Order: sequence, then C-alpha cells, then structure tokens
Amino acid sequence: MNRAELLACPECDLLQSDSAVPRPRKALCARCGAVLYQRHPHGLERTAALTAAALALFAIANAFPILSLELQGERTSATLAGAVSALWSQNMQLVAALVLFTAVLMPLAELAALAWLLAPIFVGGRAPRFGAVFRLLQFAQRWGMVDVFVLGALVSFVKLGHLANVEAGVALWSFAALMLVMAAIEANFDPRDLWARVAPL
Amino acid sequence: MNASAASLGLLSCSTCSLVSRAPAGEAVCPRCNSALHSRKPGSIGRTWAFLIAAMALYVPANTMPIMATSSLFGSQDDTIISGVVFLWEDGSWYLAVIVFVASILVPLAKIIGLVVLLLSVQLGVDWRADQRARLYRLVESIGRWSMLDIFVVALLVTVVQLTALASVRAGPAALAFGAVVVLTMCAATSFDPRLIWDPVKGPREQPAAA
Repeated sequence: MNRAELLACPECDLLQSDSAVPRPRKALCARCGAVLYQRHPHGLERTAALTAAALALFAIANAFPILSLELQGERTSATLAGAVSALWSQNMQLVAALVLFTAVLMPLAELAALAWLLAPIFVGGRAPRFGAVFRLLQFAQRWGMVDVFVLGALVSFVKLGHLANVEAGVALWSFAALMLVMAAIEANFDPRDLWARVAPL
Repeated sequence: MNASAASLGLLSCSTCSLVSRAPAGEAVCPRCNSALHSRKPGSIGRTWAFLIAAMALYVPANTMPIMATSSLFGSQDDTIISGVVFLWEDGSWYLAVIVFVASILVPLAKIIGLVVLLLSVQLGVDWRADQRARLYRLVESIGRWSMLDIFVVALLVTVVQLTALASVRAGPAALAFGAVVVLTMCAATSFDPRLIWDPVKGPREQPAAA
C-alpha cells in the first residue's frame, strides 16, 4: 500500500486506507466516527479567497464601534479595543488579556497563518517555516472565538436594551459576517490537500 | 485490517497526518519534522491537573459577583446565576436559557465528562468506547461557548462606565470564571482520546465464542 493512502484516525488510532475510488468527499473513521478528512474540488482556492475577505472584515470589525448607547442625551460606544482597555483599567488585566487573546489575537493569527501558507502555493512555492506556521494555525483555530464573541455581543445588546437606547454598530455586523466567513473557511479548508501539494510523497 | 497504528509499530503525525514507522529513539515526522508521539505524553496526569484546578475555581466563579452595577438608584452585585434569574424575570427567557447553558451547564458538563473519561481510561475498561468517544468530541466542541459571559461583561463594562449616571465593574468571579474556561479547554486538549480505544480488542484478537 502507498504511504499516501495510509490513514490513522487522530481520535482512536485505527489504521485505515484511503484507496477507495472515487474518493469520498468526507471520510469518517470506521470505528469511532471521527472526521478523517473533508475534500473539496477547489478547497484551497476557496479558502484563500475566503481568507482575503475575512481579513478585510476583521479590520472593519476592530476599527468601528460594536454597540453605542444613548442615556440621558449622552452617547457612548464600545469598540473591542475599548472593551479590553476598560477591563484593564478596572484592575482586571488577566480578563482583559483573555478577551484580547481569544477575540483579536487568535482570529488574526488564524487568518495570517492561512494567508502565509496558501499564498505561495499558487505560484508553486512553499512558505518558509511551513510546519511551525501550520502548528500555529491548529492552535489558533482552537483558541479563536469570534463566534462566541458575536453571541456575547447579541446578549449584551438585549441586556442594554432594557436600560437605554442601544444601537448596533458597524463592527457588530462585520463580526457577524466574519463569523460566517470563518465557518466557511473551516468547511472548505483541506489540510491533507495542502500537505499533498507542498510535500508530495 | 483492524488494528491501531501503534500496535503495528506505526506513528501518525498530529501536524501533517503522515503515518510512518516508529524508529528506536526519538521520533520525528519524515515529512514535516514535528515530534511524533504514539500517545500524548503525560496525558492523564496533565488532564487531572488542569481539571482539579478548574474544579477548585468553579466554586468562586459561581458564588462571587461577576458584575457590580451602581447608579443613582443604588448598587447591586450580580453573580452568574442572579444574572440568569434577572433575565428570566425580565421576560428574556431565551437569553436566560442561553446564558444558563453556556455559563453553568457547559462547564459542569465538561468537568463531569472529563472525570468519567479519565476514570474509565485509568480503570482500563472497554465498555461503550464509541459512546465515550462521542462524549469526548462533545466536551471538546462545547468548551469555547463558556466564554460568553466574559464577553458580555467586557462589553457592558465598556459602554456603561463611560456614562456619568451609572457604572458597571467586573467582579472577582470574572477572573475565576475565565480561568475555569481556559483550564477546562487545556484539560480537554491534554486528554488523548486514543486511550479510550487502547483496551478495546479488535474482532481478530477477541477469543472465539464458546
């Protein structure tokens, strides 16, 4: 059997072969049901396009206010950076760091790592430090929490709605769109295909 | 073919998923140079360490105030559960359910789920491995949603602190709760689900029925 056709399930270690013809779009482990891989005809091209869109949305989401509040004629608004600095100034540095890490740094690291890994393959090259950046991508996918943040912003929106006049800011819509685009990246990105292109066996 | 890679002297790479033959000494993936391990090193000990720390902090996370609100009309300390009760009584029962599930049920389910997985692996049982594998996937995928309350507090603190009439401050439970989320996520990452399957014998290895 060809080395490229050997698969060990990452969750139960069962050795399986990937020699079925035609290859399925999505393969599940025969024993524990874990997803072994998802294949898409133009998965990497789509992932690259979605990454570019996500980077633009990320910039907008961080530059504009998420919510603004009107209370007794006074208007205030919250950006993500403002939320981090507000927690910091209340002596909650660790919580501020956690918000910065999960809502800003890790989503940015995920998108930057994807761009770094994908851009060179379209000109037939291989990005420097490929393995290390790929491991960063795996780590960032676990710790980036754009989806949870969007739900948190919606809960805050409703909670504040009882006290005052709240308005959704541009960044709330951008974050919601970013959440959808990042979900689409996860559905289209095929790491096996990426490794096969940069390091064929 | 019905055998684990480890039982055939093979190692799979957690970075690029290449399956290669295990050498005598330290193993490195021939394709991507990542360190190879048959099972995550020290998995059970690390998972217990993170989990016990998370259990200890779960108590202050739920009993201490997560948010203190003060305005002209007085001040109020909110714990996670009193926040849920407030939303429920206010008629936002759907939000109350979301916050209750994300902040109270999810961390508790994760802690109990991981304890069950750890004990079953340490006792070497092969009972219902498929369901325990599903439990592990559940624990791993729901964990992140507990961050919900931290994000809500962060946003409320920011918009309200800037107004002159009221102020909202994050309470000590925010720190404890954030730590519970991080620690339980680290615990889930440290656990190696392949340990669930190691005591399970394939059909070939099972003794023939009498």
